[in-house]
Order: sequence, then structure tokens, then C-alpha cells
Amino acid sequence: MEKIPILRMGEFLLVTIQVDMHDRLAMTLQEDLTTRINETGARGVLIDISSLEIVDSFIGRMLGNIAAMSRVLDAQTVVVGMQPAVAITLVELGMSLPGVRTALNVDAGMELLKQALNGHHSSNRHAFMNGHKAAKNVSRR
Amino acid sequence: MSVVDSETIPVASEPDMVVVRRRVREVAARTGLSLVDQTKLVTAASELARNTLIYGGGGTMLLESLNGPRLGVRLTFTDKGPGIPNLDLALRDGFTTGSGLGLGLSGSKRLVNEFEIESKVGVGTRVAVTRWK
Repeated sequence: MEKIPILRMGEFLLVTIQVDMHDRLAMTLQEDLTTRINETGARGVLIDISSLEIVDSFIGRMLGNIAAMSRVLDAQTVVVGMQPAVAITLVELGMSLPGVRTALNVDAGMELLKQALNGHHSSNRHAFMNGHKAAKNVSRR
Repeated sequence: MSVVDSETIPVASEPDMVVVRRRVREVAARTGLSLVDQTKLVTAASELARNTLIYGGGGTMLLESLNGPRLGVRLTFTDKGPGIPNLDLALRDGFTTGSGLGLGLSGSKRLVNEFEIESKVGVGTRVAVTRWK
């Protein structure tokens, strides 16, 4: 089955969408990404859509879903590289991708993810992880 | 207005949608539409093809190059599905009977210069959109 590869780079997952997305492929990516976040404990997801010639309401909704799902799994999502013509069309279509962080290119996107990771958000996670470990230790005793 | 060139493309499966987008892009580029206008037309085609597939149970797209008074591209999506009982409602932003966002019809209308829709319950739906150069 056709799949979009998900690369791991440290605490981040990277996805470059290079094929014309049909709806099922978009759904598969959504599922694969949430699984990988869960498996790897990734803190950020960077999705490069610079090769996408259109983003319609379905793909737009998928990007929103990925951002929301990863947020629930304590990871940030940044969508990078949207072509100007795609951005103009998307807004006219009525989608401004609420809840989805965007950056102009991969470098800016990585910077955004690193900043988010160094922000107050990470301390919450730390407390949670420690609490989690403590709970495990208790149960082992 | 005269039709310079036309072809009919089936819209019966998800892979067909990819073909629809590619062919609309090629014809729009050949007609000389700007990159933004090409993108708008291809996006509208993608929305309408999805409607044809999901709500119409499949159908066809007629892809026409127009000449006179201006150059343009017209897309006509036809299905023999259940039809749309209330067109005003269906054209409203956010209205959907499916699981989408309800932007297919209303959104694609904003992406083209001309938009016509005809639907008869039990007979089917025809949507024609045109983008002029």
C-alpha cells in the first residue's frame, strides 16, 4: 500500500508530502502519525507541503486533525512551505487552518518547534513523566 | 462562445480525482490562466469531484476549453445520484449531510467566475463552473 514516509529526527517527526494526495492516503498519514508520536514520544511534528499544488478542504481538515491529535498527545505540529497560490486559494475557499501553526520554510518551522519545546510546556510534561515513573515504582514495590 | 476542445473524465473512484486534478491543471495552464487562477480552478474541481463521488455515487466531468469573448475553462460535473432537496441550504457555508466541513459547494463557488447548479431529487445533479482568463 502507498504510504507517506515519516522520518524521525531527535525529538521531532518529519513528513514531506511529495505526491498528489488522494483522500485515503491523507487518512492513512493521519493514523500513521498519531501512532508514531505515541511510539516515539516525539515532541514535535513538521509537515512540509511545499510540493503540494493544492490544498482542498479535505487536506485542510486533515492538517487540522493532525495538529489537534498531536496536541492531545503533547506534541506540537508545524506546517511549512505552503505555496502562495495555495494559501490564497485556501483562504478564499473558507479555510484559514485555525489551530495549525505554520512557518514559511523548514528552517523556520524547526525553530518554532524548538522554541515551543523550550517553553513552559515542556515543564508540564516533565512533571507528568516524573509522576508517571513514580507511580510505576510504587506499583512495583 | 465556442468550445475549442473537450473531453469527458470519469469520476468514479478516488484515483479518478487525482486524474481530474491533473487534467484540469494541464488545460488551465495551456489556456493561459495565472498560477493562482489555475490553483483555484483545480481546488474547485477537487471539491466538486469529491461531491460527485461521495454524494452523487460517481459520475463524470466534462472538461472544456472555451474561446470567445475570452479564453476560459469550463468544468461540468454530472451524477445520477439522489439529488439535492434544498439547494439554498446546500450552498451555505458549513452545511453538510456528510462528515466534511460543508465547504465543497459554497467554497468552490467562490473560487470560480461562473457557477451553475441544477439538481432534481431522484434524478441527479449537474454543477458547471467556469474560470475565465
